[in-house]
Amino acid sequence: MIAASRFLFVVGLLPLAWLTYAAWQDLLGANPIERAIRFCGDWALWWLLLTLSVRPLRRVPGLTELIRVRRMLGLFSFFYATLHVMGYVALDRYFDWESTVRDLLKRPYITVGALSFLLLLPLAITSTYGYMKRLGRYWGRLHRLVYISAAFAVVHYWLMVKADHLQPALHGVVLTMLMVWRIPAWKITMRNKTPPF
Amino acid sequence: MPFRWNPELTMQDVTPEEYFLERRRLMKQAALVGAGAVLGLNPLTALGGESQDDTATPYEKATHYNNFYELGTGKDDPAANADKLLISPWSVIIDGAVTKPGKVSLEELLKPHAIEERVYRLRCVETWSMVIPWQGFPLRDLLRRFDPLGNAKYVAFETLLDPQHLPGQTRKILDWPYREGLRMDEAMHPLTIIATGMYGRSLPNQNGAPLRLVVPWKYGFKSIKSIVRITLTEQQPLTSWNQMASEEYGFYANVNPLVPHPRWDQESERRIGEFRRRPTLIFNGYGDHVAGLYAHMDLSRNF
Repeated sequence: MIAASRFLFVVGLLPLAWLTYAAWQDLLGANPIERAIRFCGDWALWWLLLTLSVRPLRRVPGLTELIRVRRMLGLFSFFYATLHVMGYVALDRYFDWESTVRDLLKRPYITVGALSFLLLLPLAITSTYGYMKRLGRYWGRLHRLVYISAAFAVVHYWLMVKADHLQPALHGVVLTMLMVWRIPAWKITMRNKTPPF
Repeated sequence: MPFRWNPELTMQDVTPEEYFLERRRLMKQAALVGAGAVLGLNPLTALGGESQDDTATPYEKATHYNNFYELGTGKDDPAANADKLLISPWSVIIDGAVTKPGKVSLEELLKPHAIEERVYRLRCVETWSMVIPWQGFPLRDLLRRFDPLGNAKYVAFETLLDPQHLPGQTRKILDWPYREGLRMDEAMHPLTIIATGMYGRSLPNQNGAPLRLVVPWKYGFKSIKSIVRITLTEQQPLTSWNQMASEEYGFYANVNPLVPHPRWDQESERRIGEFRRRPTLIFNGYGDHVAGLYAHMDLSRNF
């Protein structure tokens, strides 16, 4: 398992390695800043969807141990989301906080995207064993924020697109399937009188 | 008074070598910004101001970063799918409020017009911009040949509808065919041209071959590509993006940093090939020539 998680760690850094190489070699097209920011956003969402896939996937015989790398998947999502946000602040807004705040307030896709990122923040902070122990049963409840964050991320993508909603719709379908899969388990939890949120 | 086009931008602005030097400067600036961020500096003050000159965008970038949804919605899709647009044979229907309506072949349409060069800024509503050396002729010279009637108040344009070949038209991304329109005085303005070429070459398919509209003081989506029909009308025509989201895309769509847009901050723009954003100019810098067209209009309502 240690070998597997080391392998995953390297794999998780590959998109960033490619992005760095592509920026260096001028492979990012006519608008490299836009391309780089979108690239990080895409990967943040993909890692998040992968994180949420662990629960269904570990039912597959032989994949039970996937749960051990779920935290790393989630942290990679947070890592690329951070790069995405930093890219926006540094390379799109050039640290012009006034225009950043205006964007946040006036453009719904930016507002929703920022909320999605803010929700990931406490999850990343409390992802350690120490916090897991200290928070006890509240840890699980807190980490259900990931569902809201993922939904906001898809909405952010949807709102950003001008006309062709195929891509955000496909991501929405994947997220919906991952949510629907959880319904039976949630029903059981409800019966045991523990609120799902 | 006859209008004399005084080219502020000429072919001499096309200097690809400079672009390579520019790229080095960009990378240096990128490193500076990165360092600035680490050091907690504001790169706006740490760096000198961006130059405000209008160097022509490198040909490669102008032909591989396009919005032409008929050929795909990704920025590099139109270049990749360029061969799906069949431009020969090509003809254009000119009808509506004209004395001499008809369908004319491309050859016949272009024959009487002397091709001139116009280096224009192109500002996309998505807040990026380019500088393109176009070859073409004023739209008004074309319209006059068909003798507009007195009740012609608007000009409507249509792009080719060919879902069998154009991959973007197999899905209803927009209400195909793409439609655009101008008020008569805008269409007759000497800055408004029909382009048939750019950078001294024939127009690449992804840039709207074989003929397209160029209205440099309006957001790029007004400059409709691959035109097959021009109709003079009494009523304001329907336009595609306005139909799609009227609160975002108005009929006029004049470049205006003062009119807020729900999706993008229009106060600044990224000139393709430059690192820093530059402030957006009202009417894309062509206000001296065109502001008079809108003298009595509330531009924040007629956006």
